[in-house]
Amino acid sequence: MQPPRPSTLIAELSYQCPLHCPYCSNPLDIGGGMYREELETEHWIRAFREARALGVLQLALTGGEPMLRRDLVELCAGARDAGLYSSLITAGTLLTREGAQALKSAGLDHVQVSIQSPDAEDNDRIAGNRSFEKKIAAARIAKELDFPLTINCVLHRQNLDRIEELLDLALDLGAQRLELANTQYYGWAVPNQEALMPSWDQLRRAEEAVQRFRERVGPKVDVLWVLPDFYEELPKPCMGGWGRTAMVVAPNGDVLPCQAASTIPGLEFANIRERPLEWIWSESDAFARFRGTDWMQEPCRTCPLGRQEMDWGGCRCQALRLAGDAAATDPVCRFSPHHDRVIAARESAQTDEFVYRTMKRPRVPEIG
Amino acid sequence: MTRPRLVTGARLRYDEVREEHVLLVPEGVVRLNPTAAEVLELCDGERSLDDIVGALSARYDGADVRDDVHDLVDAMALRGLVVDAAA
Repeated sequence: MQPPRPSTLIAELSYQCPLHCPYCSNPLDIGGGMYREELETEHWIRAFREARALGVLQLALTGGEPMLRRDLVELCAGARDAGLYSSLITAGTLLTREGAQALKSAGLDHVQVSIQSPDAEDNDRIAGNRSFEKKIAAARIAKELDFPLTINCVLHRQNLDRIEELLDLALDLGAQRLELANTQYYGWAVPNQEALMPSWDQLRRAEEAVQRFRERVGPKVDVLWVLPDFYEELPKPCMGGWGRTAMVVAPNGDVLPCQAASTIPGLEFANIRERPLEWIWSESDAFARFRGTDWMQEPCRTCPLGRQEMDWGGCRCQALRLAGDAAATDPVCRFSPHHDRVIAARESAQTDEFVYRTMKRPRVPEIG
Repeated sequence: MTRPRLVTGARLRYDEVREEHVLLVPEGVVRLNPTAAEVLELCDGERSLDDIVGALSARYDGADVRDDVHDLVDAMALRGLVVDAAA
């Protein structure tokens, strides 16, 4: 059977980052030896060409902080030559006017700047780094150079109540898109779950604020808002389905079906230094393992809502973490026998203390 | 809508792999039928809606394309993909 064509390549150029966000989606062992050898420029450029031939149209240049790659201008030119639409996903602290101009000339299409909170002091506390003013300056530079600008903010218990300030800030900065990304509990968000998990009241108020903003501002600012998984009763199609639309290339060249797939034991990831991307996508074990519906167990196998090809069983990493089996139904689903663990996590004891992202692997508490 | 143009950062291209026209936007792909692609190619911020209708109509032996062009441009504007260069 022919696999579906991918549309997105997520290129994690480097796990180095000046920020220490406690919900970073990078693996906990970013400081480990396996990520020290970053890919060469030509590996990436070949991967871009191979990705386009497979059907990829969108390229996310991310990290860590992608601006720490000295060859970023070359990579943007390579992406443009390959025919990809490129987005720079940056914390913004390293973006100068000259640097941004060089990226623009090389063919970079879109800039996304993250902020941690619309309040400067709060932003710097969450990021673990004085960065707010630099981020605002970066957003203004991107705008002046006529890049389409996305502002991204990862939402959680400690910044959700500032949602109105955040919406106004995005409008003031001239953002075309505002990505309100409720925290997903993988990577560094796992040891920080108790400091990040919002209350239902917070989410409801935030959702209402988003609705009012959309009515007031219209399509000028595209606000992306999705209810976090832990407050859902049915799972989302994680990554658009395993091995269906997207692939992630780690800084060392390992190709993964999602950013958190390295937490799943027994999956082996092929590397673009050794294999063509086409083989990795179509033939490799990691992409085939949970693709389609044949791998599904009960209750997915006989889903009473017939959602197998809508949510593709949800998130494999969440199934592993909450049900102890990566092939189980995502416990977010109300038909999962482990759904009570999701409900319990909503009421987890709360703290304001963060475990900041560093190059040292933290101790991870058991959840559930 | 006076003089429609694609929103900043949007790029039209032909996807040789899937053999279809697409509009590439930040972190998104809008699949287009050939007619929609033709209309959007004319949304350059210089031509008025009437100019676009006229140009397309001439291309198709005077066919009445007015409603189709207006419907498409309105739908794209609602999604924030087409904006008014005169605004």
